[in-house]
Amino acid sequence: MPALCRSCLTELNTSSPPRRCPSCGSPRLIAHDELFSLSIAHMDCDAFYASVEKRDNPELAAKPVIIGGGRRGVVSTACYIARIQGVRSAMPMFQALKLCPNAVVIRPRMSAYVEASRAIRAMMDELTPDIEPLSLDEAFMDLSGTARLHGHPPAVMLARLVKRMKDELGLTGSIGLSHNKFLAKIASDLDKPNGFSVIGKAETAAFLHDKPVRLIWGVGQAAQAQLEKAGIQRFSDLLRWERDDLHARFGAMGDRLWHLARGEDRRRVSAHAPIKSISNETTFFEDTSDPELLDGHIWRLAENVADRAKAKGHAGRVVTLKLKRANHTLLTRRLSLRDPTQLADRIYRTARDLFDAAGDQGPYRLIGVGISDLVPADDADRAPDLLDPTAGQRTEAERATDRIRARFGKDAIIKGRALR
Amino acid sequence: MKFSIERGVLLKAVAQAQSVVERRNTIPILANVLIEADGSDVMFRATDLDIEVVDKAPAQVERAGATTVSAVTLHEIVRKLPDGALVTLTDDGAAGRLTVEAGRSNFNLATLPKEDFPVMASSEYSSNFSAPAPVLRRLFDKSKFAISTEETRYYLNGVYMHVADADGGRVLRCVATDGHRLARIDADLPDGAGDMPGVIVPRKTVGELRKLLDDDDAQIAVSVSETKIRFATPAITLTSKVIDGTFPDYTRVIPQGNTRRLEVDAAEFAQAVDRVATVSSERSRAVKLSLEEDKLTLSVNAPDSGAAEEELAVAYGDERLEIGFNAKYLLEIASQVDRENAVFLFNSSGDPTLMREGNDTSAVYVVMPMRV
Repeated sequence: MPALCRSCLTELNTSSPPRRCPSCGSPRLIAHDELFSLSIAHMDCDAFYASVEKRDNPELAAKPVIIGGGRRGVVSTACYIARIQGVRSAMPMFQALKLCPNAVVIRPRMSAYVEASRAIRAMMDELTPDIEPLSLDEAFMDLSGTARLHGHPPAVMLARLVKRMKDELGLTGSIGLSHNKFLAKIASDLDKPNGFSVIGKAETAAFLHDKPVRLIWGVGQAAQAQLEKAGIQRFSDLLRWERDDLHARFGAMGDRLWHLARGEDRRRVSAHAPIKSISNETTFFEDTSDPELLDGHIWRLAENVADRAKAKGHAGRVVTLKLKRANHTLLTRRLSLRDPTQLADRIYRTARDLFDAAGDQGPYRLIGVGISDLVPADDADRAPDLLDPTAGQRTEAERATDRIRARFGKDAIIKGRALR
Repeated sequence: MKFSIERGVLLKAVAQAQSVVERRNTIPILANVLIEADGSDVMFRATDLDIEVVDKAPAQVERAGATTVSAVTLHEIVRKLPDGALVTLTDDGAAGRLTVEAGRSNFNLATLPKEDFPVMASSEYSSNFSAPAPVLRRLFDKSKFAISTEETRYYLNGVYMHVADADGGRVLRCVATDGHRLARIDADLPDGAGDMPGVIVPRKTVGELRKLLDDDDAQIAVSVSETKIRFATPAITLTSKVIDGTFPDYTRVIPQGNTRRLEVDAAEFAQAVDRVATVSSERSRAVKLSLEEDKLTLSVNAPDSGAAEEELAVAYGDERLEIGFNAKYLLEIASQVDRENAVFLFNSSGDPTLMREGNDTSAVYVVMPMRV
């Protein structure tokens, strides 16, 4: 059976793998029949933001660390010490602090995380060109056909990657190795932190059999409830369904479920996963229903969305406004534009119209603005509104503002509205 | 209640009723048509709370009375009955059932009490006048394509009917726009309409109204108040709330100084636009017009799907001009022209373009160009 030492990267092939590495004595040995033939991997950094903070400030090493924004915000990342006390990502901050009152709360330092992420990305680039980042701290990699080039099978190169991340960057990550993305993503989560898990073709069916369907990436609470209504909780429940019946009941998701239940996932690892939407939201320090204040937020969010759309050459046909009320109920309104846009002015005005038309009293704890149904920028903002004769001038002003900012920095010129 | 009525007469009345009732309503009574038999007439009344239509049809009334029954079901039944059949409707108030008999067919429908039916409150109309059906038909037919469907700008979801000052004096005017194109249609001011308040007639009402206007000889009695409008023929009365909003000042949108004049056969133009637009990308449907002396070149260049070009002989004597439009908008305004050539007046490739029929200014259209 093929085996690999994650400490010294020694490759073995013995009938029964030893408990410790024969060359370095490390117990961090993985053995699996398909270890040297599988090539689809998912790499997930361990408590990434918190790990970067601990690396940059060694005093934090033994303390529970929570990354997140403000008293009203949510937990973005919790280190493993904080997790022991029950803190989880996306948990409201007040709840996290109740569970873990001695936690050190740190505001996210995105620039530091982006820098660390770039360094990891550079290391991954050495392994394969087929990388699909999911966020700053996780990515799929397809190492098919790279064994000849590297002189080692993918498993060895992946073990070397996390070893280098630890040695050179002081950050740990967990690897999931399998024969498709769906299983690789599940695998990386099995042995966290600093883990390495393999799901081979031979044991795929047995592995999935009793697992809950919520393991599927993209099956959230709503989908889970839907599935539960149909009596589907585990993968074994899915296997009892005919493909047509699943399709009839769940549409496109049904087809996907049918394949996933059999451990099949034909999606490719693609560097250019198309962006589907661009959005931004903010949680308030205090719940508010003040229209002036909300107007300022709508503008800043619209401008942020527009900046990102412009940077990527995208424009959106649909503008969405999202409001979360103080009681956590959600209000979303969307409008489809005849002429797609990437302009802050038009995103703002559309979102503002949606806000006015919603006729809701608030108060709100969160507001978000986004664009979706994306098209290339060339196809956008082509037909000015007949009833808005100054729109053309505002567009010119926005383009001029963008040029000034490109030259003198983002704060060189701002709208008065942004100060609200 | 018991009466007999000719199938064709009944079908017409019920068809009008079922198109007014809202298909997806949550209040059961609103799905019903109120049937009232009295004297030698039967009234069919349907509403969606914004529009009410009352259709009066002659019938042999044996026993006066009233009840309500599902408009859609009754329409489906009558539609499927043979032409020329005599239909007898009998209401059994105690059982809450309406029997529909025709020949050997017999239907038994659930009813709801007539007292539950919301009859639209009558209101005071400040202006009453009469207009020939063809005049109203022209006003609404030529403007309705430009009505907006965008709900955030609800005040554009209808046709703005009002009295305006035109070159030749005061006119009855209909305007509709969605911010991309605009239609402004004028008609001679009918007697008594001079003090009519301007009202925005909702899109659905415009659709329902159309069914009253087919008869060229009909005179339509129009009554207008600040909140409601009523159109009536001897048989049908259509009452509608108007949109509670302010229609934007459209006059500043209509270009006055456009001097570059293109004259083209509207049908030829429309066909050519339609042909070249075939290859344009599904959504933007942009067509480029390149103008030089007496020549118009229509072209589409869609990187993903292909390119197309077509030349037309036209009358044009100004400087060269290249301007882009949404093909659908061009087709829609070109199809409004029915007698003479289409005359386009351009300014620049970024300014609104005006279109009219020959030199007739009683129907003008404005369309916004798009960047190509």
